[in-house]
Amino acid sequence: MELSFLILLIPFLSFLVLGICGKWFSHKVAGLIGTCCLLAVAALSYSVAFEYFFQTERTAEGVLPTLVPYNFTWLPFFVEGLHFDMGIMLDPISVMMLIVISTVSLMVHIYSFGYMHGERGFQRYYAFLSLFTMSMLGLVVATNIFQMYLFWELVGVSSYLLIGFYFTSLAAIAASKKAFIVTRFADMFFLIGILIYGFYCRSFGFEFNEAGFAQGSFMLPTALVLMFIGGAGKSAMFPLHIWLPDAMEGPTPVSALIHAATMVVAGVFQVARLFPLWIQYAPEALSIVAWVGAFTAFYAAAVACAQSDIKRVLAFSTISQIAFMMVALGVCTEWATGHEHVGSLGYMASMFHLFTHAMFKALLFLGAGCIIHAVHSNEMSAMGGLRKYMPITHWTFLIACLAIAGIPPFSGFFSKDEILTAAFAYHPAMGWIMTGIAAMTAFYMFRLYFGIFWGTENKELHAHHTPHEAPWTMTFPLIFLAAVTCVAGFIPFGHYVSADGQLYDIHLDWNVAGTSIVIAVASIALATYIYMGEKQPVAEAMQEKFQKLHRWAFKRFYMDEVYQYITHRIIFARISKPIAWFDRHVVDGFFDFLAWGTNALGYQIRGLQSGSVQKYAFVFLLGIIILLLIMIL
Amino acid sequence: MIHLDYILIISAVMMFAGIFGFLTRRSTLAILLSIELMLNATDINFAVFNRMLYPEGYEGYFFALFSIAISAAESAIAIAIMINIYRMLKNISVDELQKMKW
Amino acid sequence: MFVILAAVIVLSSIATVVTKSIVRAATYLLFVLLGTAGLYFLMGYTFLGSVQVMVYAGGIIVLYVFSILLTEGGKDEVFKRKAKDASWAFLLSLVGFITFISVFLTHGFKAAVLSAPSETANAATTISSIGSNMLSTGENGYLLPFEAVSVLLLACIVAGLLIARKR
Repeated sequence: MELSFLILLIPFLSFLVLGICGKWFSHKVAGLIGTCCLLAVAALSYSVAFEYFFQTERTAEGVLPTLVPYNFTWLPFFVEGLHFDMGIMLDPISVMMLIVISTVSLMVHIYSFGYMHGERGFQRYYAFLSLFTMSMLGLVVATNIFQMYLFWELVGVSSYLLIGFYFTSLAAIAASKKAFIVTRFADMFFLIGILIYGFYCRSFGFEFNEAGFAQGSFMLPTALVLMFIGGAGKSAMFPLHIWLPDAMEGPTPVSALIHAATMVVAGVFQVARLFPLWIQYAPEALSIVAWVGAFTAFYAAAVACAQSDIKRVLAFSTISQIAFMMVALGVCTEWATGHEHVGSLGYMASMFHLFTHAMFKALLFLGAGCIIHAVHSNEMSAMGGLRKYMPITHWTFLIACLAIAGIPPFSGFFSKDEILTAAFAYHPAMGWIMTGIAAMTAFYMFRLYFGIFWGTENKELHAHHTPHEAPWTMTFPLIFLAAVTCVAGFIPFGHYVSADGQLYDIHLDWNVAGTSIVIAVASIALATYIYMGEKQPVAEAMQEKFQKLHRWAFKRFYMDEVYQYITHRIIFARISKPIAWFDRHVVDGFFDFLAWGTNALGYQIRGLQSGSVQKYAFVFLLGIIILLLIMIL
Repeated sequence: MIHLDYILIISAVMMFAGIFGFLTRRSTLAILLSIELMLNATDINFAVFNRMLYPEGYEGYFFALFSIAISAAESAIAIAIMINIYRMLKNISVDELQKMKW
Repeated sequence: MFVILAAVIVLSSIATVVTKSIVRAATYLLFVLLGTAGLYFLMGYTFLGSVQVMVYAGGIIVLYVFSILLTEGGKDEVFKRKAKDASWAFLLSLVGFITFISVFLTHGFKAAVLSAPSETANAATTISSIGSNMLSTGENGYLLPFEAVSVLLLACIVAGLLIARKR
């Protein structure tokens, strides 16, 4: 516990060392430094987690205490009671996040050894990875919203740097800018929310300050919703999701990191962190979270069914799964645990799903990275029949697909089942919607799986360049994560993380679980029927028949075009252009005029500086005589 | 009967003749000659004020004496410079000496 | 005697600045300087007058004539002065002259008249009193300026040699 500050310090130092002195290191040394630092961080995180969950005394009510090993006031404000602290706070969800982040990040570090082998800027890549990890770790252990916001922005910056890692590629530049601008746009709302919260509640802490709140009770839901918009931007919820698919332009391990452990779960984590406030003071507003999440889940699942780029399929599946977590948070109605209190089940379910999803999504992305590494393409058309060439990747990928589809005994089944139970408890309609989306998930994941490892083999391409299994640095993380995915479901998660911190035993509601298993199996069977064979007459027929629908889904329902229209035709043309005109002609014009005027004046009077002594003497004498005359007269 | 005014008028004529020459001559040596004229005019004034207003004093007298010494020094240096310039540029006319101007 | 001196000085100084030949200008200047020396003698300042003759007439003017002949003595200075410039300069000089004269005349110096060589003035300016004043550090001592001028002259000798020597 006392060493917990090292968890932040080590990756930061690693970032500094690699960032400043990186160019003098060889690739191997730089990678080793980064990986060893992360190894140390992971070890520390595990020891902190062990100490926290197993050796810390529970309070009398059986609640895990919230520990604050470090906290100091950084910036005091002039308003009484408001100050900006920096510190480390350990409570069940932040410790859980420490494990998730350090594990996934460590795997990504090891994996990158193989994946980024020989790339230009290898050292820079590791420096950015360290920064990314550090900012996310700082975000989860934040003691107050402002510190959270600080690291939140750091996450944004480092994701910008990593997505734009291949800065010679125009698409990567555009994608990194898009990610940065869209999330920044959302962060603006987050900041406004923080300021409203600080203004009315006289506190930036997560604990509620009753005294200050009396003045503006109606403002708290507003502040929370604004903060949720910020979280929605980072977590790629529906209208703000557009940056995520483009973020695939970055190196694949980075995608794994963004999608599994950092960045996108930041939004979920933020809502979870502020959840006591939500549930007590803005329970009505929570339904916004629920419905936004549900719609996003559906939208993303629908789009994922039609994509042909494997990373994009995975990207949309991430959006969909993150939305699942949001839904789970949104459907909570009360703040107590125990078997009779299903209203607060969603909180635990969301965190549980975050945990399991991080593992299997990292596995999926790293697997996809291996495949891309082998065939040098993102398109499914270049793949097919890869199971013969890449056995390890094949099996681990299959495990991850089964997990995300919700097939027992893999981890995804347990967490998803909890979410569905919570959704049914909220409203049956919500429950059925989510079950349907879960079925779509199973379908598109197996479409992807069969498309890659079975189906039509692109013999021409493979003869030219035979795919082969990746080196051990890349397969080791796959095996490790697959093992975690297999066993993570049996962790008694409710014992560690639950709504009010009390022990909660996960129990399966067999009505829900049975339904979801049946539906998932049915979807997988459908996908198998359509996509497994060498020839895929059904798929083609369906594509023919629902040509328009397919096209819409493939184009992501034209959301990007809508954005394009709004930003270019409306915002740029109607608002930005006049402002730019004003700036260029009025503001700049004024200063240009000043410069021009000085210049012109200089030209006018430079004739006086002729360098002719006689002229100077003439003027000098003239002045003297005039002065003399004035004094006489 | 020699009034102080008369001598002052003479020195004023010398002074303004020098100024006129300084402003109009083109040859640097001619300009130096004009400067000598002006210096001489001031010398006369120093001496004459001393002699007529404070006959028991020394100040004007010594000022004139030192002024002569300094003008000798000044003309020596100026002429050395002029000779050097002439050697390099074959010209000592002020409006054509523009080589070091820009 | 004074009238002759005054006429020589006024006419020669004007001639110095209007003559076209620079050698002639130097010669006119010589007359001006000699006239000035005459004025000093008239006032009874014999030492000052002889210094004027020796340094100015004997030294500086000779130096000027040498340098004129060394540089462009052969050709007469061509007056390229523009009529407009010259007339402005003339006007300025005239106005200044009139101003000065009016200041002098209105100040009331008329009372001061140059009498026959006065006892006090002669006593103050004998060679021995000048010498002792020049080298004394007392109330009327001029040792410091004297030394400064000596250093200045030394510097001038060195600098004159340095600047004018052939390279």
